[in-house]
Amino acid sequence: MHSHLNNHTESPPKELAVRVEDLTVAYRDKPVLWDIDLEIPSGVLMAIVGPNGAGKTTAIKAMLGLLEPVAGRVEIYCKPYKEQRKQVAYVPQRTSVDWDFPTTVLDLVMMGRYGDLGWFKRPGRKERDMAMESLAKVGMEKYAGRQISELSGGQQQRAFLARALVQEARIYFMDEPFQGVDATTERAIITLLRELREKGKTLIVVHHDLQTVREYFDWVFLLNVRRIACGPDQDVFTEGNLRTAYGGRVSFLHSGQAVGDAAK
Amino acid sequence: MIETLQMFITDYTLRNVALGAILLGGISVALGSFAVLRKQSLLGDTISHAALPGIAIAFLLTGSKSSLILLIGAALSGWLATLFMMMVVRHTRIKTDSALGIMLSVFFGFGLMLLTYIQKLPDANQAGLEKFLFGLAATVLGVDVKSMAIFGAFVLFGCVLFWKELKILSFDEDFGTSQGLNMRYADMILTTLLVIAIVVGLQMVGVVLMSAMVVAPAAAARQWTNRLHIMVILAAFFGALAGLGGAVTSSLIPNLPTGPTIVLAISGIVIVSLFFSPNRGLFWRWLRQMRNRQDFHIDAVLLDLYALALQHPNLKQAHAVAVGG
Repeated sequence: MHSHLNNHTESPPKELAVRVEDLTVAYRDKPVLWDIDLEIPSGVLMAIVGPNGAGKTTAIKAMLGLLEPVAGRVEIYCKPYKEQRKQVAYVPQRTSVDWDFPTTVLDLVMMGRYGDLGWFKRPGRKERDMAMESLAKVGMEKYAGRQISELSGGQQQRAFLARALVQEARIYFMDEPFQGVDATTERAIITLLRELREKGKTLIVVHHDLQTVREYFDWVFLLNVRRIACGPDQDVFTEGNLRTAYGGRVSFLHSGQAVGDAAK
Repeated sequence: MIETLQMFITDYTLRNVALGAILLGGISVALGSFAVLRKQSLLGDTISHAALPGIAIAFLLTGSKSSLILLIGAALSGWLATLFMMMVVRHTRIKTDSALGIMLSVFFGFGLMLLTYIQKLPDANQAGLEKFLFGLAATVLGVDVKSMAIFGAFVLFGCVLFWKELKILSFDEDFGTSQGLNMRYADMILTTLLVIAIVVGLQMVGVVLMSAMVVAPAAAARQWTNRLHIMVILAAFFGALAGLGGAVTSSLIPNLPTGPTIVLAISGIVIVSLFFSPNRGLFWRWLRQMRNRQDFHIDAVLLDLYALALQHPNLKQAHAVAVGG
């Protein structure tokens, strides 16, 4: 139960990986994110949790500059995000791309090097080797030559993770990496995320399953358009906060774990 | 057949037509592959239709029928239509497909109006502009082929140079942006290349059917391969083949418009690809389904027999009575 209370939360305060100030996003006249302030310390494994339509994906996309916010500032390691893009890797939702695109798994993973390569330059042997290494880390090296349309959901997710690993970033933004994967893949992914944290990386993960939040993550950002709470999970993941985020639709098990029917 | 071949070698017009058709097919299609993969097939349609007012205005301003000048006009108005479309999508609630449809009809309607006006001018010089509607390969001159080749080389060079950026733009635009590659530039580059590629083919195929050249060969090529570069090369080959076949046929038979002939040729390739390509082909899929069904039947019979055998302690004993069920 207290396995999440490891050295990370007890060690002295570290430098900030991500600082978000006044982030507000609106579609037309409807606010999707309202005045979000965040301070995410370096080296945490953080879940972004909230009901459907709370703006979890929007939050990630706005932090990454994929959406134009109405207001707000994002700093990565104390510098504006635009100067720090190379520090950040992004794993979009698996369903956001067309998996029938004519390309191989290896090609897909090499896309993670495009940013470092910059315009014009083509991936070469070095990028290929790095991509193979990343594929090995997610247990997918056998599938390097495979057409991406032939992958199962779990394999697609692993390929996406490999593409982010190859970016060699310090901060990882992941949008629902556990969505629609089997139990084996889920375990493999959480093992990988923990390994990354041990290496000092910061992980920011949109997560849907309230049951596994305390087991998987040490830091939680509870969101419903506004920031409900953000901090170590034992402080944030409380009945009161969850009720605020989910309304009355959260029932509590006697073990103290929260189950959100709204999360489905 | 041999006669045709002889004509092809000696006949100046026919040679130009053939070369032009190969260029047109190869170029427009290479770029079309990206449009198809981005699910923007209608973009080619819009650009080609929107080229018409550009051609008419270029003629009205310069009085020239030099294809270079007319095509520059075509490119500008095609590009402008795309730009307007993007602005409409960004600033209004109108979605991409509707915006494309709006631009297509507005520009094309304006173009037709200008064309009618030009035809009523007393000047005899205006004759022949309507070839841009359905295309007339026989009017393609040596100098046209040269300008097509130059434009084509430019487009193909751009395609190779920006290969990586066009690929990430087509597959996962957000991921490209998150890496700091400006996908808006990439989008602009792809659109510009596509505009040039389409304009190159206008004289041959005409604005009305040009989009078929952009979309159809790419769709056909997708059936045969799972690799992007092979798809692009194969699509270019299909396009060139259809261009050649259609243009030569229409040149040999009087009064046969080139555009529709080329489009029929490429449609033939598409149909063959849809049915007979390995893996994705409908014919093979049907065959596989039939075979699977047969296998299931056989398996089911064998299972029944096995179940029966389990109920009989003495396997060697034949049945005296019929087993029914």
